[in-house]
Amino acid sequence: MKKPNLLAVLASGALTLALAGPALADWPDRPITWIVPWGAGGAADQITRAVVPLMEKELGVPINVVLQPGGQGAVGHGAVAVAKPDGYTWGLGTVEISMLHWQGLAEFSAESFTVAAVLNADAGGLIVAKDSPYQTAGELLEAIKSNPPGTFKASGTGQGGIWHLGLLGWLLAEGLDPDTVPWVPNQGAGPSMQDLVAGGVDFTTNSLAEGRVLIDAGEARALAEMGTQRHALFPDTPTIEEATGTDYSVYTWRGVFGPAGIPDDVVDTFVAALDKARQSDQFKEVMANGGFGVAWIPTEEGTALITKSDKDFGVTMKAAGLIE
Amino acid sequence: MDTLVAAIVLLADPWVITVILLSAALGLFVGAMPGLTAAMAVALLVPVTLYMDPVPALAMIATLSCMAIFAGDIPGCLLRIPGTLASAAYAEEAYAMTQKGHAETALGASVVFAAIGGILGTVVLVTVAPELARIALRFSSFEYFWLVCLGLSCAVLVGSQSTTKSLLSLMLGLTVGMIGLNNPAAFPRLTFGSVDLLGGVELIAAMVGLFAVSEIFRMVTSGHRQPAPEFRPKGRILAGQWKLLRRYPAQWLGGSGIGTLIGALPGAGVDIAAWVSYAVSKRFSRRRHLFGTGHAEGIVAAGAANNAAVSGTWIPALVFGIPGDAITAILIGVLFLKGLSPGPMIFQNQADVIVALFVVFFAANLLMIPFGVAAIKLSVHILRIPKLMLVPAIMALCVIGAYAITNNPVSILVMLAFGVAGFVLMENEFPVAPAILGIVLGPMLEQNFFNSMIKADGNFLEFFARPMAMGLGIATIAIWAMLAIGVAAARLRPVPSGT
Repeated sequence: MKKPNLLAVLASGALTLALAGPALADWPDRPITWIVPWGAGGAADQITRAVVPLMEKELGVPINVVLQPGGQGAVGHGAVAVAKPDGYTWGLGTVEISMLHWQGLAEFSAESFTVAAVLNADAGGLIVAKDSPYQTAGELLEAIKSNPPGTFKASGTGQGGIWHLGLLGWLLAEGLDPDTVPWVPNQGAGPSMQDLVAGGVDFTTNSLAEGRVLIDAGEARALAEMGTQRHALFPDTPTIEEATGTDYSVYTWRGVFGPAGIPDDVVDTFVAALDKARQSDQFKEVMANGGFGVAWIPTEEGTALITKSDKDFGVTMKAAGLIE
Repeated sequence: MDTLVAAIVLLADPWVITVILLSAALGLFVGAMPGLTAAMAVALLVPVTLYMDPVPALAMIATLSCMAIFAGDIPGCLLRIPGTLASAAYAEEAYAMTQKGHAETALGASVVFAAIGGILGTVVLVTVAPELARIALRFSSFEYFWLVCLGLSCAVLVGSQSTTKSLLSLMLGLTVGMIGLNNPAAFPRLTFGSVDLLGGVELIAAMVGLFAVSEIFRMVTSGHRQPAPEFRPKGRILAGQWKLLRRYPAQWLGGSGIGTLIGALPGAGVDIAAWVSYAVSKRFSRRRHLFGTGHAEGIVAAGAANNAAVSGTWIPALVFGIPGDAITAILIGVLFLKGLSPGPMIFQNQADVIVALFVVFFAANLLMIPFGVAAIKLSVHILRIPKLMLVPAIMALCVIGAYAITNNPVSILVMLAFGVAGFVLMENEFPVAPAILGIVLGPMLEQNFFNSMIKADGNFLEFFARPMAMGLGIATIAIWAMLAIGVAAARLRPVPSGT
């Protein structure tokens, strides 16, 4: 830990006060509630625990973290979406924001939220077992194309989950029928990877970080990263575009969101504190240990990202026949 | 070896050691109080584990269950009221010893052979579980489907006297397991439009209801006062145990073996381990006529068996995510809360946590001797505590606990509903364990069936295509056939047997 220069801290504090004007005097003057729509110990919880203590210091008020798991995120996200937009309720939002309402499982969509920032984005992957005959994503794709539909089975998460949509989007991008590769729904990436190694499915589309343990153990092989650039932990694995020439990517993301309509000055103060917290060593360490891809996509850019994500998933789900 | 060092580092933390010592004391208290069960204590402690790292959380559950299962022997011996169901098999025998003036020997045998059984059971856990995990790593949904079928069949077969009641209890659990989105099609089922039920019934809240709230109802409605013990153990507790150890090697070895095996069967649990082991040692004893008259032999065998079974129940829970009994069903809930998914991968991803857990099991069983002797000496005071005074405190803990898991008041309603359901089941002599297994294993059964059907393109014969799946499938079908033949034979017999 570097000792902070007291004078600089005071000066910057005074400067922020002067610039932010009267709103800062009002907000925050009482504790903030931070809702996590997932269970203890999961990625959303870990990321929250890494930023909240630092933000408490920045903002000078306690932040109460409330875990509200349930309904694949419907409960907790819903609680954030309907909260009063006064800046005292925020939450750690995940990609389900842009998926659940299409399936009729939630009222909220991307428009229901004020985006502070997207902090984490992980691309999908393409992973086979060690004894699979396919050495590259191109070989696998060729085999999928040349064999009758249904020959290959894939997994990565539950039915209609993010990596299922990742597979469907990829098949559509290749001009294939989305039924070409039947999806085997598993409870998340861990069980899917185990199913892959046990020979139950032919490949998985979960993120490479989620498959890291078995890939490192030599039980599974990463063929491609379904992102716009290579994964930091797997620099030798090509992106899907490098491997097959098709421009395609799919991301799961996590960020900090409040209900729609929070005043701009409150958002700015909050985002400034979040920006400081995410630059800390503590945050970087948690992200590195969890294999989470670090991102910083604040306010308007963040809104654009989740709105695009929302629209894309709707298109994919419709094309794949998952929704009407 | 590196893992062992890492595990010891995890344990050599004053906080972890404090947790182990406190949960040992709590386990002894809970076990020694008739009406308070080990499963109840574990269910109530789950909210506390929310604030703990995985190692102290697991250490707490392991230590508490080892100690409680032993301590159930104390009131069995002094009052003929078993402290937990696990001691029911030989409470008569131990009480008969007390009446003959041999209470110290009976209690000494309880604690010494509990520790021995526990250690032998742990040896099996440590050697078998990682090997089994290595094999299970090759398991696909076909093998898991049969494994879950086997587990559910076990729950019905060994659960209680009445197969019909077990089966009904299981069906109830399976129905509850259907609630929510957690099905292969991710379609909201039996939620009645409620967002709170989308995630299914909160497992921990349901367990708190079934094991704690229902017991409270029973305590309040049964109302009778517990007699104060007339006898106070004052002599040397451990005197004469060496002699028993030398005289009955087959009993404690066999008891530990039977106990571990039965513990590892889903749904069987520690109480059945004790009953079977007591019956087996009686069957093979040359002094069969002395059983029931205050003879230590059965206590040696069954006392070792129930504590060996504690370790045994953790084997399927850790390796397959299939609980061996009620406590390990709660354990599975805790593992998920801690971000550890039970299954073969846990032995690779969290090897240090698992090894630390093994060390805790050994330590808890060694600690049992000094702690157990102290508990025996203090037992007269513990048994004087009026039980009904504990009821409000336990009820408050139940409510707080259920709420703390999800921060959602709906969990309190779930807990109360399951409390009433558990009470009604128990009062009508329905076993609760099959219902729990139904809730935990129902979604697993459905998921593995559907996944296998998708992989097999709808061809059911594929369930027998992989060698291990075929073996498990034939075993399952053989058990079902036996069950059917048993039922048919009972129907054909003219005079009903006296159950």
